Amino acid sequence: MRLVKGGRVVEDRFVRVLDEAPVPDGVPVIVPAARLLADAAELVRREAPTGVLWPNDRRIAELAPHLDRLALVALVFPHFKDGRAYSQARQLRERYCFGGELRATGHVLRDQFLFMQRAGFDCFEVKKDADAEAFIEATRRFSVFYQPTADGRTVALRARLARAIAPRRERAPAR
Amino acid sequence: MYRYDEFDQQLIDERVAEFRDQVRRRLSGELTEDEFKLLRLLNGVYLQLHAYMLRIAIPYGTLSSEQLRMLAHVARRYDKNYGHFTTRQNIQFNWIKLEEIPDTIADLAGAHLHAMQTSGNSIRNITTDHWAGVAPDEIEDPRIWAEILRQWSTLHPEFTFLPRKFKIAITAAKHDRAAVKIHDIGLRLYRNGAGEVGFEVMVGGGLGRTPFVGKTIRPFLPKRDFLSYLEAILRVYNQFGRRDNIYKARIKILVHEIGAESFAKEVEAEWQSIKDGALALDPAVVEEIKSRFRYPVYESLVDEPAELKAALKAEPRFKAWFNNSVSRHKRPGYAIVTLSLKPAGAPPGDCTAEQMDAIADLADRYSGSEIRVGHDQNLVLPHVRQRDLAALWRALDAIGLATPNVGLVSDIIACPGLDYCALANARSIPVAQELTKRFRDLGLAADLGYLHINISGCINACGHHHVGDIGILGVEKNGEEYYQLSLGGRADEHAELGALLGPAMPYAEVADSVEDVVAAYLELRERPAELFAETVKRIGLEPFKERVYAAR
Ligand code: SF4
Repeated sequence: MRLVKGGRVVEDRFVRVLDEAPVPDGVPVIVPAARLLADAAELVRREAPTGVLWPNDRRIAELAPHLDRLALVALVFPHFKDGRAYSQARQLRERYCFGGELRATGHVLRDQFLFMQRAGFDCFEVKKDADAEAFIEATRRFSVFYQPTADGRTVALRARLARAIAPRRERAPAR
Repeated sequence: MYRYDEFDQQLIDERVAEFRDQVRRRLSGELTEDEFKLLRLLNGVYLQLHAYMLRIAIPYGTLSSEQLRMLAHVARRYDKNYGHFTTRQNIQFNWIKLEEIPDTIADLAGAHLHAMQTSGNSIRNITTDHWAGVAPDEIEDPRIWAEILRQWSTLHPEFTFLPRKFKIAITAAKHDRAAVKIHDIGLRLYRNGAGEVGFEVMVGGGLGRTPFVGKTIRPFLPKRDFLSYLEAILRVYNQFGRRDNIYKARIKILVHEIGAESFAKEVEAEWQSIKDGALALDPAVVEEIKSRFRYPVYESLVDEPAELKAALKAEPRFKAWFNNSVSRHKRPGYAIVTLSLKPAGAPPGDCTAEQMDAIADLADRYSGSEIRVGHDQNLVLPHVRQRDLAALWRALDAIGLATPNVGLVSDIIACPGLDYCALANARSIPVAQELTKRFRDLGLAADLGYLHINISGCINACGHHHVGDIGILGVEKNGEEYYQLSLGGRADEHAELGALLGPAMPYAEVADSVEDVVAAYLELRERPAELFAETVKRIGLEPFKERVYAAR
């Protein structure tokens, strides 16, 4: 597994805390959802950043009250064909305006990077080394996007309206 | 016709490059078959019994003559010289080599065609009325909205890994020719009491193992909210649709399990949070898309010109075809012509490269260079001048595309079945072939009137057997092909699921049994205009059961 952030392979500064284990002081940690909900009051008092690993079958609404105290939310792809976390990511970014690190974990492969990035993920626990190295290439594969999301990319519908003022370029249509 | 602009073209070109890279990684072993499977499915590539199959989208069923020639080229260059039109406005090529698929889709991209999301657990090709834009009974062209959906759903960053496939259909006419009630989302464009045009939104329709007719969750949706509301539906489905059991993963099961009302509530809550966001449709955006649709320049003509009248008098075969295959156009002096891909004894929906080229030429000559593909696996020439009908008929007759059986008993819808499909229990095509032979008497067919036989080779119901007047379903019994008959289904605005007639029967008895059912209908209908489904509704299954099972 390699961690990709900002397009580069980086060290993971967060430590995973398992269900019952004590939470170490002074280091960034990722705690399971149940732990966050149970020990919320205690976890806020920590100095170092806290993150949560949020399963893909729990509503984001449940997590929402804790978001402003969290530095990171890690969402889960148990298999890459299970796409629930894409919806969770968009809700976090677009509805709840979560500005912390949004991490994709689990079965994370090259062919999903762009979808994930568009949904709001900015950090990726990548399964295969070769995929991690191909991150930049994979996320630049497309230059045209149809769906508006919070990723800041220009969407074709908008670009067309902007073009309506400028002269129209057109490819030869299939007659 | 929608013409791509530079954005649309750029996107499919980039998609071709991506898929080329995915195939390369599979062939080099970087991708496992399991990983590659999902990726190839997102590009319409199935592994069938004997070879790979490539399914190409024909968005909202509209093709230019140039595009049809491209499909002919693909049939010739990469396949065995023919293609198969499906019930969902797609075409399938059954003998494609994996290594050649990147080149195939690159060729297709040059003609504004693609195979994106024609399979996999994604939003599939958006289908609509094959008479869109020319039907006298429609309120506006639904293809504008289908194209808006095509773009919105293409490589959607949130909805590409859904619990299961997702099918959307739109109709804008009084008579529903798009079967919207048997889709995951069905949309009906209509004018409400206040004079505004918007959508009735139905969800949870579908066939397969657990068939349902869709339920209305929003009686009227303004156009502005078209995309945001659909996004809300998909978001609810993506999160809560079942993923533990492939047979329970379609949205219809979710809607059924939690109830249409609570489903609608979930959607409403989600929608409220996004409806005024970036997806709210600006009329200028809709206009932009609309402006890229090209319509023929119609001449001002009159209905029933002298040439047509004379030909009808002179040529009884032409007259029979005219009565069967020609429909009213919204413009005077024009007609909509259906080309039957169901000649006696042939697999339904198959079309050779030569036929495709010939149809493309005829479309150039007689139909504003446009062709339509219907969900009944027939083709349509949508803009034919009535005065050209006789000449067109002669040309079609010469290439075997003028069988006057459109909508009749031998216009059979059938899935590929055990001849191609890895999931099949039984063959579909030979059953269809045998039945078209039994019912080749066009006089009898015309007397029977509108009557559809639908055949599926397994419970997945690709042949839509639940909504055929007579549905035939292949099942397996002790390793042998058996078939179940069901009666009285229909897919239009009165959508209804057929009822099972009785125990399954072996292959050899199917055609005889269907003949018995048809004979019973002829005897028992109240009047010739009583439709098959209406007769079944009135008298029930018993009289049919007696005929079929008493004899055996
Ligand atoms: S109905 Fe079954 S046999 Fe027929 S094409 Fe679909 S999956 Fe294959």
